[in-house]
Amino acid sequence: MSELCAVVGIGQTHHKSARPDVSIAGLCREAATRALEDAEMTWTDIDAVVIGKAPDMFEGVVMPEIYLADALGAVGKPMMRVHTAGSVGGSTALVAAGLLQGGIHERVLTVAFEKQSEADAMWALSRPMPFAPPTMAGAGGYFSPLIRAYIRRSDAPSNIGILVAVKDRLNALKNPYAHLRLEDISIEKVEESPMLWDPIRYLETCPSSDGACAMVLTSEAIGSRAAKPPAWVLGTAMRSEPTMFAGRDAVNPQAGKDCAADVFAQAGITNPREQIDCIEMYVPFSWYEPMWLENLGFVPDGEGWKMTEKGATALDGELPVNMSGGVLSTNPIGASGMLRFAEAALQVRGQAGEHQVDGARTALGHAYGGGSQFFSMWVVSADKP
Amino acid sequence: MIDVAVVSFAQWSAREELARNEVEILIPVVAEAIERSGIGRKEIGFTVSGSCDYLAGAPFAFVTGLDAVGAWPPIRESHVEMDGAWALYEAWVRLQHGDIDSALVYSFGKSSLGDLPIVLSQQLDPYYQAPLWLDSISAAALQARAWLNAGHDEGEMAEVAARSRRAAKDNPNAVVSGDQSAEALLREPFLVTPLRRHDCPPISDGAVAVVLAAGDRAREVCERPAWIRGIDHRIEAHGLGVRELATSASARLAGERAGVDGVDVAELHAPFSHQDPILRDALGLSNGVDVNPSGGALAANVVMGAGLTRIGEAASRIMDGRAARAVAHATSGPCLQHNLVCVLAGDAT
Repeated sequence: MSELCAVVGIGQTHHKSARPDVSIAGLCREAATRALEDAEMTWTDIDAVVIGKAPDMFEGVVMPEIYLADALGAVGKPMMRVHTAGSVGGSTALVAAGLLQGGIHERVLTVAFEKQSEADAMWALSRPMPFAPPTMAGAGGYFSPLIRAYIRRSDAPSNIGILVAVKDRLNALKNPYAHLRLEDISIEKVEESPMLWDPIRYLETCPSSDGACAMVLTSEAIGSRAAKPPAWVLGTAMRSEPTMFAGRDAVNPQAGKDCAADVFAQAGITNPREQIDCIEMYVPFSWYEPMWLENLGFVPDGEGWKMTEKGATALDGELPVNMSGGVLSTNPIGASGMLRFAEAALQVRGQAGEHQVDGARTALGHAYGGGSQFFSMWVVSADKP
Repeated sequence: MIDVAVVSFAQWSAREELARNEVEILIPVVAEAIERSGIGRKEIGFTVSGSCDYLAGAPFAFVTGLDAVGAWPPIRESHVEMDGAWALYEAWVRLQHGDIDSALVYSFGKSSLGDLPIVLSQQLDPYYQAPLWLDSISAAALQARAWLNAGHDEGEMAEVAARSRRAAKDNPNAVVSGDQSAEALLREPFLVTPLRRHDCPPISDGAVAVVLAAGDRAREVCERPAWIRGIDHRIEAHGLGVRELATSASARLAGERAGVDGVDVAELHAPFSHQDPILRDALGLSNGVDVNPSGGALAANVVMGAGLTRIGEAASRIMDGRAARAVAHATSGPCLQHNLVCVLAGDAT
């Protein structure tokens, strides 16, 4: 079976709606340098670099690993670029972890980024495809009908999304890197914000951010003598399914269920609600918190919203979700998945500062993309298996 | 290391496909590769592809590719925004994990839809170089000039083009083929000095698919699996001004690590004629090696698939017994910036 992989360095940028102070390369280096410092390594220690980001049209740079080779210290080394839609930050970490799990390298740097201010993501997402009728107006237009279907199925009260929006923004206030810092966030503020795509209000949607995230992943041998306690990767999984076909459940997708079942089986988790201490999941629209809690198998179908409603997903709750403030507070799209994976690792390393969950030993990082069809997940633990 | 082999290969390409979109081109190619592999579609352990959004002019070009593989029930799947050769590398790494024993790798591209040399100019540094719109042919011309200045002549380039076209006569997927002599080609006008039309790759649309299998699974489904004996890839600096363009340091390093020795066939991803001798030199290929028996990227250049096609072409010659040991090469970026080398061999070697 595969080799053990450790997370020994984590770094991210200060995320903002625009970072005109740095180039794309500068943004990536900011995160990568922090990850290397955390790992107490230098560029020359790294064997290979794996980068990821969402569509190239978000910045207008075709296959940017070509341009970033120098900035990320990859000259003379293997370098790869992953793109799996919104899940890409997670998938990138998994492709990097795969190089350790396959015994190919000892130390791999992985970086995910998006510099949304360089172009217009809404435009890029809404380009008509040749030979195909344009069907969607950005991500909100695509996901809001799925959320309405969830509300209808689960009989959830209409305020659940608002609760998530407030909770995640409160968490973000404890995260010095978070983009949105809404000191005056409240139920009323979210409720009064404009309705964008019913039932998604302005304050129930993710921002558009410039940002990057980086991690240094190592083999078991290097991880065992790491400068700081590593996060051990207990399980990694990806699943994909087609965007549409008759009978597909896009609200509670099979690919997400299968991916969770796979990653839990690898990590030896039989009762996720008991054995996972906190979850950092990809929630770009508030309602996705209860939806993914069900899809991941933490609660039976139709009951996710009850967890949110009773405060179980708060930072001090029974099962904290999105301790960092989540995608609702920070959304450099291509990096958003890796930020989830990195936060899970930060938590089990005890490095999360003010948004640390007391005693977190095992955490789930989750990302999804496309039309709720691409999933990537990992389970990390403070305890070496 | 777990032994991994190419067990099947399928491709289709043409100069311009007006009737079908990318997925429609891909469907029969994937179906053929899977059928030839002898491995059931639902048994494939991992699927990974390579494509480029900018060829289609829309984001998420790879997403609809899932319709060609039939991703239901959901599959383990990944994608690189790189040539399919790097997707194959990811699949090879994934097979090293030991929990699965087969993988499907594919890529596709229609470069006829846009102005490819201009599209590729946007691979360059977005702040200092891309605004100059240095297109891919002009960048290659700078490299060709550097190579000529290092003591070579245009006749060598024409010989490569003539050899490629001759070899391509036997390749039904070739877009360009024929019997022109190097002398005749040298009488053609320049496109971008010192490159003539035949020194540059043709615009091509197409798709390519490869199935990999590990260990006993490969032996079970394939009479003569093309075992991957070494695979490595290296990138070099981006700025053309900081690289020695007449040689390829990254191809040399990848070749050393992959172990290119004793090969009788080489499939080199050299979209421009002068890159063929640069790569032969970097990989240390002797004169006896049969280079680009398919015609190479000068005969058909399915952007994002041309590198994977080289691996498939090399593997197919091992699978059918025409070669014992072969090297396949893929490149990415302007002027051979990023190079992958894959050494394949039959059971005896």
